[in-house]
Amino acid sequence: MAIENSIEKAKEELVKQDFVSDQMVKWCPGCGAHAILSSVAKVFPKMGYKKENFCMVSGIGCSSRFPYYVNTYGFHGIHGRANAIASGVKVTNPGLSVWIATGDGDSMAIGGNHFIHIVRRNIDVNIMLFNNQIYGLTKGQYSPTTPMGYKTKTSPQGTVEPPFNTANLVMGSRGTFFARVVDTRPSLMSEVMYEAAKHDGTSVVEILQNCIIFADKTHDSITAKDIKDEHQLLLKHGEPMIFGKNMDKGIALINGFLEVIHLGKDGYTEKDVLVHDQYRYNPGLQRMLARMYPPERPIALGVIRSVKSPTYDDMVEEQIAYAKEHEPIKCVDDLLQSGDTWEIK
Amino acid sequence: MTNKKVIELEDAVVKFVGDSGDGMQLIGTLFSDTAALRGNDLATFPDYPAEIRAPHNTIPGVSGFQSHIGKRRVHTPGDKVHVLIAMNPASLKANLKWCRPDATIIVDSDIFDEKGCTKAGYTTNPLTDGSLKAYKLYSLPISTLTREYIEGKIGDLKAGMRSKNMVMLGVVYNLFGIDLKVPEHLVDKKFANKKTVAELNKGAQKVGYDYAENNNVFEEVLHVGPAELEKGTYKNVTGNVATAWGLLAAAEKSGRPFFLGSYPITPATEILMELAVHKSLGAKVFQAEDEIAGICSAIGASFTGAMACTTTSGPGLSLKSEAIGLAVMTELPLVIVNVQRAGPSTGMPTKSEQSDLYQALYGRNGECPVMVIAASTPANCFYYAYMAAKYSMEHMTPVILLTDGYLGFGAQIFKIPKMADMPEINPPIAEPNDPDFKPYIRDKNLVRKWAIPGTEGLRHRVGGLEKMDVEGIVTTDPQNHQRMSELREEKVKKIGDFIPEQDVYGEDSGDLLVVSWGGTEGAIRSSVKRMIADGHKVSHAHFNYIMPLPKNTTDIFSKFKRIVVCELNMGQFVNYLRASLPQFTYQQYNKIQGLPFLVAELKEKYNQILEEI
Repeated sequence: MAIENSIEKAKEELVKQDFVSDQMVKWCPGCGAHAILSSVAKVFPKMGYKKENFCMVSGIGCSSRFPYYVNTYGFHGIHGRANAIASGVKVTNPGLSVWIATGDGDSMAIGGNHFIHIVRRNIDVNIMLFNNQIYGLTKGQYSPTTPMGYKTKTSPQGTVEPPFNTANLVMGSRGTFFARVVDTRPSLMSEVMYEAAKHDGTSVVEILQNCIIFADKTHDSITAKDIKDEHQLLLKHGEPMIFGKNMDKGIALINGFLEVIHLGKDGYTEKDVLVHDQYRYNPGLQRMLARMYPPERPIALGVIRSVKSPTYDDMVEEQIAYAKEHEPIKCVDDLLQSGDTWEIK
Repeated sequence: MTNKKVIELEDAVVKFVGDSGDGMQLIGTLFSDTAALRGNDLATFPDYPAEIRAPHNTIPGVSGFQSHIGKRRVHTPGDKVHVLIAMNPASLKANLKWCRPDATIIVDSDIFDEKGCTKAGYTTNPLTDGSLKAYKLYSLPISTLTREYIEGKIGDLKAGMRSKNMVMLGVVYNLFGIDLKVPEHLVDKKFANKKTVAELNKGAQKVGYDYAENNNVFEEVLHVGPAELEKGTYKNVTGNVATAWGLLAAAEKSGRPFFLGSYPITPATEILMELAVHKSLGAKVFQAEDEIAGICSAIGASFTGAMACTTTSGPGLSLKSEAIGLAVMTELPLVIVNVQRAGPSTGMPTKSEQSDLYQALYGRNGECPVMVIAASTPANCFYYAYMAAKYSMEHMTPVILLTDGYLGFGAQIFKIPKMADMPEINPPIAEPNDPDFKPYIRDKNLVRKWAIPGTEGLRHRVGGLEKMDVEGIVTTDPQNHQRMSELREEKVKKIGDFIPEQDVYGEDSGDLLVVSWGGTEGAIRSSVKRMIADGHKVSHAHFNYIMPLPKNTTDIFSKFKRIVVCELNMGQFVNYLRASLPQFTYQQYNKIQGLPFLVAELKEKYNQILEEI
């Protein structure tokens, strides 16, 4: 069942205002989450679904206040469990557009198990993973995505544990859709969110988000104004992987590794640059792209992987439809009378 | 057979034991079904080894099936065994302690060689060393009979020898004077798709039956006449299957889609497996990655308008605690089934206990009231699962249904109800575009509306954070938290206005009231019956509704000189009663051995109390 068919359309055209809630947004001024909220409020009306058919689910953390700030059906869960709760929502009613707001603590640490399993099952939900590399709501402890050696309140001498690479966790769990954006690029965020929403199956959008209080400038090596063009590769399906302020650098596969080449230098031309294929089923190259990190290589942004695969919720519906047609038990009275029974007269 | 002396029995406990590959569950079930079809009342219990494939012919590998058949009503799988059928030395050794002093014991003498006896830990052969003198022992060459029967019929002798269980079953039918018509019909049904296996097994049954008959093995026939049962259609069900069906019935009656989020755990897994089979009823069964995902997916489903449940056993309930709090806070319906087992921690997964009552009542952070119901027989698991779902949906609250391993695995005959006769279930579903809708606006029973995603005009947010009364927005206002805490408590207490009154077995006043709850009903009812028969003024109040308690509990308790609370734990219900109804003095009798109560030990306790009066 394609997603377009399964969710009821709105009769009238919706606007951003239809999704604005009456609640005061309590994120810190300057927090990257504001940009995410604004981007979602732009994407929801564009989807064309009835406004009652959106359901926002979250866990615990700064990110997880999200449901209060959009006017949809919303469920603010408990720490780590957003993905499990949302699984129940979507499986119960595949006619809902289900969105999950979660963070690097919620989905990478306490809820890591639910995260990998929802991705593995390919339940048709949209996961917005706010990755600020820190625990914000508990005021500044390191998270599973905090870079090794980073000093936080619980790692005064620097962390001694390597971080997760979210993309590779997703692809290692047979993820069918992964995209990465930064909170400083709102228009890219809206485009990617729209693509994620259209994807049949679990979509994960990792948003590299700044926590202005506890991990300010944590993504500076990616987002700082003076270097961002050199350190960001904006992927577009079917287009060569070219980046840099002067669009003079590219990504090439050299001896089995991804390397930065300078166009016009050492004999390299645009022909040597890889062309992005987000629909390729084999995730090998996509995984390599997702591992690139400055300063050696630019970080890959945009949709890294988007492949077709049956969704859990569709297959459940199919099995039920098949059973309803072929099994003799049509109601509970049939069930109760099934098997060996006898009469006492 | 006509010349044999017929011994009329009110009831008989028959236990089939052997190696786990000997097919004891099969012949136990066939024997029980035969008895049921002949009109006996019935309660059975399988006694599986904890290991999947323990070493051959050793005590850890013993598998058993106990069948209690009755002309009178039977309430339990039975304390002591009248007839023990032992296929090997290890099973005899492991089960002799459960036999009545005058029990009939039938063994396959061919297996009692030196090797077999040594493997079972016998130093001498129990069949010949005189140790079984007190019993009526029948050593029959079952393996030899089987070999003679299959030779020439089947090429694979090893596979053919598996029918020795059916040869033995034929012998048992002869002992009970059961002609082979009904048993043969059941074998045909059981192996409907394997005609040759059915024929082979029917033949094997006949070999055993004829051997016993022609050699006059038994001087007497044990006869258990038909029980007086209400008119109706019956079937044999385990508590776990009955629980699954009760939940499905409630979903159908309420018109809500069914959702189960669950993770396998002994002894609750059978509920998950049973529900997974019924997709034709629209049942969505989500086998989650862990216990927490089981309940959280169910909470998501409940928010989305499903009749949602999660099934587990004690350790799983521990993992679900936080999420139960979430269901309490969001005031969503949810049925949590806990098939209790002996704890703490992993404890004894295959053994039963009633030690999760505290956990069900109190095992959460914050002031977190949850309705608690306990089923008390395998068959009434159907009814209480149904009622748990009904109260859960009608009162928008999670309900914990406690059963236990004995109920779950145990089977009993079940009078099949008609769905039309089941109580109505009317969930308070919010109407589209209701102008007065607020997330926490309540009706006179303090129940909020179920506003299901997708419904026009009802967009709202719920969650684990404290919410403002009526409006449902997040707040830490002190007075509001007090009020909401009281409302949540009061809402659950108010269900007490809807549950049935507590009944009392026996006189409604007297010297001693025996109080119990959950899976001990059968054993305790039997013990109280005998006390009454002995002329004592003893009555029995067995509780199925634990939280809230039935309203007439105080009236009942006030009419007895003594109250004794019997439970398979260290005193959880009795302490709950002490806290809830402190005006009474309670005595207690507890056992925590992973075993059910025995009638004899209960009677001893009652007599001791009566002497003190």
